[in-house]
Amino acid sequence: MAILEYIVGRILQMVPVLFGVSLVAFLCIHLVPGDPVQIMMHGRATPEVLATVRAELGLDQPLPEQYLRFIGGAIVGDLGKSIIQKAPVNEIIGERLGPSLFLLVYSAVLAVLFALPLAVVAALRAERLIDHSIRILGVVGFAMPPFWIGLLLMVLFGLVLNWFPISGYGDSFVEHLWHLFLPSVTIAVFLAPLLVQSLRSAMLDVMTADYIEVARAKGLSRRRIVVKHVLRNAAIPVVTVLAVNIGWLLGGAVIVEYVFAFPGLGSLLVRAVGFRDYPVIQGLTLVFAVIVMIINLLADLSYMAIDRRVLRR
Amino acid sequence: MTAAVRAELARWPASLKVGSASFALIVLTGLFAPWLTAYDPYTQDLANFLQPPSWQHPFGTDQVGRDVFTRVLYGIRIDLQIGFLTTYVPMSYGLLLGALAGYLGGWFDTVLMRLLDVAVAFPFLVLIIVIIAILGPGVHTIYIAVFILAWTMYARLARSEMLVERGKDYVLAARTLGYPTSRVIFRHAMPNVINSSIVFSMADFVLNILLVSGLSFLGLGVEAPLPEWGAMIAEGRDFIFDAWWIATLPGLAIVLTGVSLSLIGDGLAHRLGQRQRSFL
Repeated sequence: MAILEYIVGRILQMVPVLFGVSLVAFLCIHLVPGDPVQIMMHGRATPEVLATVRAELGLDQPLPEQYLRFIGGAIVGDLGKSIIQKAPVNEIIGERLGPSLFLLVYSAVLAVLFALPLAVVAALRAERLIDHSIRILGVVGFAMPPFWIGLLLMVLFGLVLNWFPISGYGDSFVEHLWHLFLPSVTIAVFLAPLLVQSLRSAMLDVMTADYIEVARAKGLSRRRIVVKHVLRNAAIPVVTVLAVNIGWLLGGAVIVEYVFAFPGLGSLLVRAVGFRDYPVIQGLTLVFAVIVMIINLLADLSYMAIDRRVLRR
Repeated sequence: MTAAVRAELARWPASLKVGSASFALIVLTGLFAPWLTAYDPYTQDLANFLQPPSWQHPFGTDQVGRDVFTRVLYGIRIDLQIGFLTTYVPMSYGLLLGALAGYLGGWFDTVLMRLLDVAVAFPFLVLIIVIIAILGPGVHTIYIAVFILAWTMYARLARSEMLVERGKDYVLAARTLGYPTSRVIFRHAMPNVINSSIVFSMADFVLNILLVSGLSFLGLGVEAPLPEWGAMIAEGRDFIFDAWWIATLPGLAIVLTGVSLSLIGDGLAHRLGQRQRSFL
């Protein structure tokens, strides 16, 4: 019962945040200085066309009514219509949601794969040369602009060596893995240093705990202690770092998607801003926020699965 | 005086020394850029376009014959100025609001926390881009957008630090002595609250330089002729196959600056006795 209570409580907490989020997404078109419709049409439309578009977007209605229509539509998945692409926003976003989520998961997995061995070595050899070298490597990785790494990887592995495709998404799962390798590595380079540092310090904390002493006294091998005890208990910080940085991860993905001309939500956002396609921008704002909230919810639920003590707080 | 300085320097970890020295060098290079190069960052020389690196042009020339080295040097001024302001302006009022919320509690704290909940529900870059979509691209919009949003991180940090400090004996003692609340907050608690934000600000500085160069790369930030590093990388992107130096070398400038700042942050974390590393 406690579990169910916790989950329901956690979801109820999201309601006021969702209200705030929807307000931000709704207001973005109304905060445009001047006439958003005029700007959207780039000043090239007749007054009749402007009036039609305004009516189509519902901008001629009173503000509270517009908000209710916006939120009512959003709940049933109707996010309005793109003026530029002449298609429903939910369809435009829906097409690109899958590829973006794939990219997100793929880069998180690669980042963990890069970070895990480095963190284990750094923690086992703490304050030695190899530990310091790994830290410097992380500092450099953290300071590299994702669009720059992406560009360099694209030139080196895509154009010069011709190992990986430099754009697109592919049609099957294996093709996705192949097409998304370079963009995912780019994001992972940025994310991995954060993971290495938190995993390293978590492992150092766990390694001084009493039950590790007990395991050592029992004569368990070093390898077994690291794998079975230390890594398992250091898993929570990894989940936290991934969840806390999900905003940065999604932001980085926006730029990386643009570099690789990848058909995802980020490149859609950049394009929509270029065209001032406000219905698409509003829809994306909402979708991005919901993704962040769902991932944070999943992170909280996974703490519960890893460590039941969370429930008592 | 010199003895005090020497004693302080002796307590600096190596990362702080190396980071400060290289960052100081970068700042000086930016300040003295006109004396360090014979070229102008804007003057085009169409007879010498896309020249590879040489003694005349150590970083080569771009598609309209401008000296890339000169543009990278002048870029220091632009990127550091934007990076500095976008870090420390929001930090000032973020710290203030967070510390007040942590100390006072009540409705002020509740309202602030709800605002922070909404702010962190969005990816930071997405909100910045949305504000750019509202107000139009350019440096001024970046300033406005970051000033609206970035204080939330400092407010969160300062609030949680203040919650800890508030319960400590020295604060209780100051309150018992009847000091006014403002004095307890600013003279007693604040010096202890501020450290974690100072350490975080170094990582934030790096992220803000990445943010500005990233937005300029997307064509939403600093406008074209200005020698901003991200904008230069965007320009060089079209020529990357024939002239790798245009996009690659400004990127190295970003990395070098970022590493210097991260090292300072790492060193400060040690020096100020903060447990966490600079970029966490």
